[in-house]
Amino acid sequence: MNPDTRLKDPLSLRVTPWISFIGFFVVWQLLIDTGIVPRILLASPAEVGQLFIDKLTNPDPDGAVLLTHTMVSLLEAVLGYVLSLVIGIPLGLLMGWFVVAEGLARPPFEMIRPIPPVAWIPLAIFWFGIGLTGKVFIIWACGVVPCVINAYTGVRMTSPTLIQMARTYGASDWQIFTKICVPSALPMVFGGLQIALALAWTTLVAAELIAANEGLGYLITMGRRLLRPDMIVLGMIMVGLTGWIIGNIIDRIERRLTAGLERGGAAT
Amino acid sequence: MTAETVKIECRNVSKIFKQRAGTVQIPVLDDISLRVLENEFLVIVGPGQCGKTTLLRIIAGFETPTAGHVLLDGKEISGPGPDRGMVFQKYTLFPWRTVMANVEMGLKLRGMAKKERREIAGHYIQLVGLQGFEKAYPHELSGGMKQRVGIARAYANDPKVLLLDEPFGQLDAQTRYLMEQETARIWSAEKKTVIFVTNSIDEAVYLADRIITLEGKLPGRVKSSYTVHLPRPREHIDKKFLELRHQITEETELLL
Repeated sequence: MNPDTRLKDPLSLRVTPWISFIGFFVVWQLLIDTGIVPRILLASPAEVGQLFIDKLTNPDPDGAVLLTHTMVSLLEAVLGYVLSLVIGIPLGLLMGWFVVAEGLARPPFEMIRPIPPVAWIPLAIFWFGIGLTGKVFIIWACGVVPCVINAYTGVRMTSPTLIQMARTYGASDWQIFTKICVPSALPMVFGGLQIALALAWTTLVAAELIAANEGLGYLITMGRRLLRPDMIVLGMIMVGLTGWIIGNIIDRIERRLTAGLERGGAAT
Repeated sequence: MTAETVKIECRNVSKIFKQRAGTVQIPVLDDISLRVLENEFLVIVGPGQCGKTTLLRIIAGFETPTAGHVLLDGKEISGPGPDRGMVFQKYTLFPWRTVMANVEMGLKLRGMAKKERREIAGHYIQLVGLQGFEKAYPHELSGGMKQRVGIARAYANDPKVLLLDEPFGQLDAQTRYLMEQETARIWSAEKKTVIFVTNSIDEAVYLADRIITLEGKLPGRVKSSYTVHLPRPREHIDKKFLELRHQITEETELLL
């Protein structure tokens, strides 16, 4: 990113974000209180806050407390996500180095790749019902694509001179793969993890909106059915918040794991 | 120099690069024949785009000649191998590995035990003057130091022939002089058969037992050969040094 060359004074730098943040809620609240936006279309921040406290302990009217919804969504997301990493990353790495692996895996992969993950939802319901397994499958289907692509690209981008150099030392194909290609590909692989995460979370909510009996997406759907805009908004906020938190955790892990690589990666 | 054993021999080596499915043919090397004796320091000089790097890559085994043969100890080479160590113009260190891990890489690939390879790698790190930097990462090193690591790594693997492809081309003039001195010192300390490719006549006269010049345009052909009798360590401003440098410059299209 380019360095910020704008004029900055410390006061406005610190104050303006808060004005905007608080202002957002004030305007929202006022829109409802003055009746410009009817209550049937949107809940006020105060109502959403109230519902949040209420839903911490009250399972009504959608059948579960907030923590249960969040944990259900998280479990589905984590399982599907981990499965897509475990399958996608090795597959992509192998495809990047071994021509046979690419030849075998590429055609089916290219056929499946352009299908938006959401389009798998009806089939997944047929196969696995509306429970955990179906969601895990859908998340796996969408998370595996960026994992494969990034791992593949990472290996393909390995410096050819490093590979040639290893050949002069008599390194075998497998040694070059594990000792050179895989470490070279790591930064790209982590990029893929972030993309996969964002995709997985989005798709999960879509899947829960369509078919579920628990989860944050289900909370939103129930809000629509029961004409409860406060439930819809609470669900949206929880989805955003949880996604943001997971994103940050992955970011931390990545930074720790690639610390050594980044140090060197910038050099050559 | 020990008895006149021929280490590397190129017999009538030609190379034609084919582009666009063979419709465009670029002759790069034409009928190159040369011999490198055991522990001889041979420098191949030529301007850019004269095929000298291609010749070195053929000897390394990265390219196959269109015609002719390359022999190492009388046996034809087929592909790259640990008997030929290469130092590239581009820094080719593993960015995620320390100096020590980079130098011992070749030995590790061969399955040598840790203690033994540490000892060997440590010796060559010392030989190239990098003691104290064993735990440094490549990005913490200057360009000259990176090439020292490359030389130490090539040496540590104990190849029969050392191939250096314009190893100092990316360095600034000061560092380049220093690295030439260091290369001469290292080679004098532990003799090896060396083929060194450069575009600098000065560098060639400073380092070589023998210099082979290539013609200045494609396809590359051997133009002439000079034996350098100057005693080592050499001085860039020595009268005989300058005379030889002048003579080669006169007889070459190179303006260096």
